[in-house]
Amino acid sequence: MSPNSGQTGPHHAADGHHEIEMPHASMRDYVIGFLLSVILTAIPFWLVMTMPLSAGTTGAVIMGFAVVQIIVHMVFFLHMTPKAEGGWSLTSLVFTIIVVVIMLAGSLWVMHHLNTNMMPMPHEPTSQTTSQVL
Amino acid sequence: MTANAITADEPVAFYDLDEHAHPEGHSTMLGFWIYLMSDCLIFAILFACYAVLGGSYAAGPAPKDLFDLKLIALNTAMLLFSSITYGFAVLQMQQGRVKGVQLWLGVTGLFGLAFLGIELYEFHHLIEIGAGPQRSAFLSSFFTLVGTHGLHVTFGIIWLVTLMVQLSKHGLIAANKRRVMCLSMFWHFLDVVWIGVFTFVYLMGVLR
Repeated sequence: MSPNSGQTGPHHAADGHHEIEMPHASMRDYVIGFLLSVILTAIPFWLVMTMPLSAGTTGAVIMGFAVVQIIVHMVFFLHMTPKAEGGWSLTSLVFTIIVVVIMLAGSLWVMHHLNTNMMPMPHEPTSQTTSQVL
Repeated sequence: MTANAITADEPVAFYDLDEHAHPEGHSTMLGFWIYLMSDCLIFAILFACYAVLGGSYAAGPAPKDLFDLKLIALNTAMLLFSSITYGFAVLQMQQGRVKGVQLWLGVTGLFGLAFLGIELYEFHHLIEIGAGPQRSAFLSSFFTLVGTHGLHVTFGIIWLVTLMVQLSKHGLIAANKRRVMCLSMFWHFLDVVWIGVFTFVYLMGVLR
């Protein structure tokens, strides 16, 4: 290492105790995250097990709850902040989400068209014909 | 580029040849996060497969006939408990208590094992009643998606045991702290994937 490359500032790598920057976790974060997760998990299970709403509405609502719970986990458990790792964590996350959305939406779109344009099958398998298997 | 051309005598330096101070492991956390993002792509592909094939029962059983939501709720609870107990391990680490870290890592591992046990019981039951992965495209994609998640949890537990051995040998050195934080990300990430699994596969499957 050349002598002029040393960083000026409170942190010197030479002292051997250079602490790596780690996200600071607190009990409060974990407890809030846990309680929110319990609520956001219990409600979708309750909605599907007792079915107080129509199937379509329930589906939309539980998908919404899943998205919120994923954000809760990211913030309170994974300590995701816009500033973490100089912003690179969030950048890579946003990139991944874009790729995932394109891939999921694209696959479903293409395969839906493929299914719609298929020749009709002689018999359409339904879930009603399955009871004798069990 | 005017800032580089200070004087005409000095050669213009296009490359920064001086080594900077890189503390060991300073980029491990970001690197591990990017690994998790690539893992996220694997799961996204498996979710896409399930979304496409999940309705192809081949005149076989449908999700409504197979899934026991009470069991899945129990499984979800196991993983959620393991998430907060891992959080307690991280908090103990911040206070420098190696015994506390070991204790909570052990509890996390037990919850992880309980999750795996319940999942294996479910898989065993499905295969026993003739709803194995070879029965229909729906079941193939179901076993691949949920099985890949279960495999991740298995490797997470192996890592966890390894980490407990490393902690007992070397204590809370910087490298071990880094490892605890990496496994923390891995473990919470698996819980995030499980949110997708129980919502999209199990709950939506029963609604279908």
